[in-house]
Amino acid sequence: MKTCTYACGSQEHLIARRQFMGTLVAGTGAMMGGLDLFAQPAVARELARDQKRMLVVRMAGGLSQLESWDPKPGTKTGGPFRAIPTSVPGLHISELLPHTAKQMHHLTLVRSLNTHENDHGKGHHLMMTGRPKMEGVNYPEVGAVIAKALDQSDVSLPGHIKVTAGGGGGRSADSAYLGPKYASMSLDGDKPPANITAPGDLKADIARLRDEFRCLANDRFAVRRRTAETDAFVQSFEQAQELMKQKEVFDLSKESDQDRERYGSHDFGRHCLLARRLLEKGITCAQVTHTNYDTHNENFNFHFEQLGEFDAPFATLVADLADRGMLDSTLIVVLSEFGRTPRINHYYGRDHWAKSWSVCLGGCGLQAGAVYGETSDDGMEVKEHEVDAGHLFHTYLRALGLRSTASFNIGGRRFPMANPAFEPIRDILA
Amino acid sequence: MKADPTQTHVTREYKHDSPLICCRFDPTGRFVFASAEDRSVLRWNLASESGDKIQMLGHDSWVRDFAFAKEGSVVVSAGYDDTLIWWPVEGEKPEPIRELKAHKGWIRTVAVSPDGSLLASAGNDRVVKLWKMEDGSPVRQFEGHERDVYSSLFHPDGEFLLTGDLKGTIHQWEVATGKRVRTFDAKALNTYNGGQQVDYGGVRGLTVSPDRKHLACAGLHKATNPLGAISQPLYLRFDWESGELLKSHVADGVEGIGWRAFFHPEGFLLGCAGGKSGGFLLFWNGEEDQVFHTFKLPNILRDGDLHPDGIQVASAHFDKTLRISRMTAKDEKKT
Repeated sequence: MKTCTYACGSQEHLIARRQFMGTLVAGTGAMMGGLDLFAQPAVARELARDQKRMLVVRMAGGLSQLESWDPKPGTKTGGPFRAIPTSVPGLHISELLPHTAKQMHHLTLVRSLNTHENDHGKGHHLMMTGRPKMEGVNYPEVGAVIAKALDQSDVSLPGHIKVTAGGGGGRSADSAYLGPKYASMSLDGDKPPANITAPGDLKADIARLRDEFRCLANDRFAVRRRTAETDAFVQSFEQAQELMKQKEVFDLSKESDQDRERYGSHDFGRHCLLARRLLEKGITCAQVTHTNYDTHNENFNFHFEQLGEFDAPFATLVADLADRGMLDSTLIVVLSEFGRTPRINHYYGRDHWAKSWSVCLGGCGLQAGAVYGETSDDGMEVKEHEVDAGHLFHTYLRALGLRSTASFNIGGRRFPMANPAFEPIRDILA
Repeated sequence: MKADPTQTHVTREYKHDSPLICCRFDPTGRFVFASAEDRSVLRWNLASESGDKIQMLGHDSWVRDFAFAKEGSVVVSAGYDDTLIWWPVEGEKPEPIRELKAHKGWIRTVAVSPDGSLLASAGNDRVVKLWKMEDGSPVRQFEGHERDVYSSLFHPDGEFLLTGDLKGTIHQWEVATGKRVRTFDAKALNTYNGGQQVDYGGVRGLTVSPDRKHLACAGLHKATNPLGAISQPLYLRFDWESGELLKSHVADGVEGIGWRAFFHPEGFLLGCAGGKSGGFLLFWNGEEDQVFHTFKLPNILRDGDLHPDGIQVASAHFDKTLRISRMTAKDEKKT
């Protein structure tokens, strides 16, 4: 299939990553070129052979840290669950995560988050962008940032794909000023994108002729009227064509029966298997959502139910990434919009709590088996090494080999990749 | 003494320093037992104004239910630590007589057979297990529940065991053989919320009428927001002979969960409910959907029990208080 001349002639289409690097400005204000945005030259060389990726598992609603990564058994806030040992000597997590416990030597816990935001929407924005939500200002989510920062010229698929049961099936606006190319494509669970198969009565030669005509019209239009919007349109069209050509990327039937059984037949199991497939096919950021953890009522019954579903597929995914040698190049982030109150309410529930909670990280660029920070015995406050979402955002970028203090240059204006008020959590970086 | 639900009032409050979870009277009616979020088992002596609280420690998690030997000398506590513990009912410092890792996962319910020889237990592993009460040795197990088992009850004649689960399925098992005899459909007590992707509700309590004609179960419905504690109590009454649903008892204006149900010897149905709008004792007769009386307790109720005298009701509360209510006029002499 012929591609449009003007699109292919653009810097972005020809050498996307190089073009991106040329549009970055260092934190000091100087223009950065080549591979200098990467923290270490060696990492930049590595990148050429070993594309970095990111897996985000979003525990929607607000996972309880006490029923997951920071249990407090036997305390007045601890609830009924016990803590179990893990593959890391001395490290215990909730008994609701027995399979994950066996993979903790691949993972890293941050137990000292204080994100100061108890609202679902604002908390989600904060955790995904590393910045507080402010009226009239949009920041790109981490998936869009790394999709652009780690843009691969040889991979034409979307760099940022979200897998959510009941997802919209379209493109989101989560790339903000980075432009629609880096916006996430949202899949409705493990269903392929809509309209990915050409109509049966459209013959290949007819399709080719139609596309050539489209390119001709585009090129003529672009001579005098090329804009960012027309560029975005062409990118979207060509990405859609690539999706149609590579639709097997979304086809779980290509995975073995054994793997499908290992991950489980429920939604989250299939979504984790799809995430593995997407990462293997070169998608820069795959995000899977598991819901719902907003347990103001019967927190323990619902966490038993939800984490019972989460545990085995997530642990299987971590183990598979490790076994396949992908963990060194794949950053894993398990996050929520906030944690849950240590205090147990009237209804055996836990409410929103941003003051002292945890995330689970792992893989690329991080110290495996590390635990950072500590909360008080009752979990009510951070006792040591308090960090915020901004610290995490810097840490993600650094773990992926990027200089988190660098900036994007969008239309001549500097946009710091991460909130300049924060810095990485150096103690957990490898 | 005849009960008069319309005169129900709180007569006593026993305090602890942790929110309470469940409560049961012993069969002799001398004590009331409770469990708390601090993992303790508590005993109050009803003969004492102060209750002379005794605290028993042994479980590694919360205790969800109690069952008593027929003569009332032994109580078995069922924990979320997979464990059953046999305790002496009396004594100043009761120590565990026997500990049994009985299940894989939470034990949510225990029941003793009418002749006192058998103990049934069930919970999150979905298996109903039968034990000899005297020594804890296994007798048989019943498999067939597809979700967590929430409640159990031996039929008063002893031939059958009834167990109810999260999905609103009530199985009737033949005790002697382990055979499943039939299933009552109480699915009205289960809500699957597609938006929140959670199952909620379940059969929280079971009771058989003294004349053996009716089976009733406690739970909830109208769970428009399970994660936000929005639901209303629902009690279902079945015809024992045919298994048909006879009545869906509700209580307009009450939000929460129906935790337990009791057929009173005088014929009315007592429900112990708690939730968004507080703690309640609910009273229905057989013919009406709606309650004929509602008694509101001072705090959200998490469990309740009917005393063998048919007059007193115990309720376990979030505010760390065990309350004893009487279904008599305030000036009527206590028995």
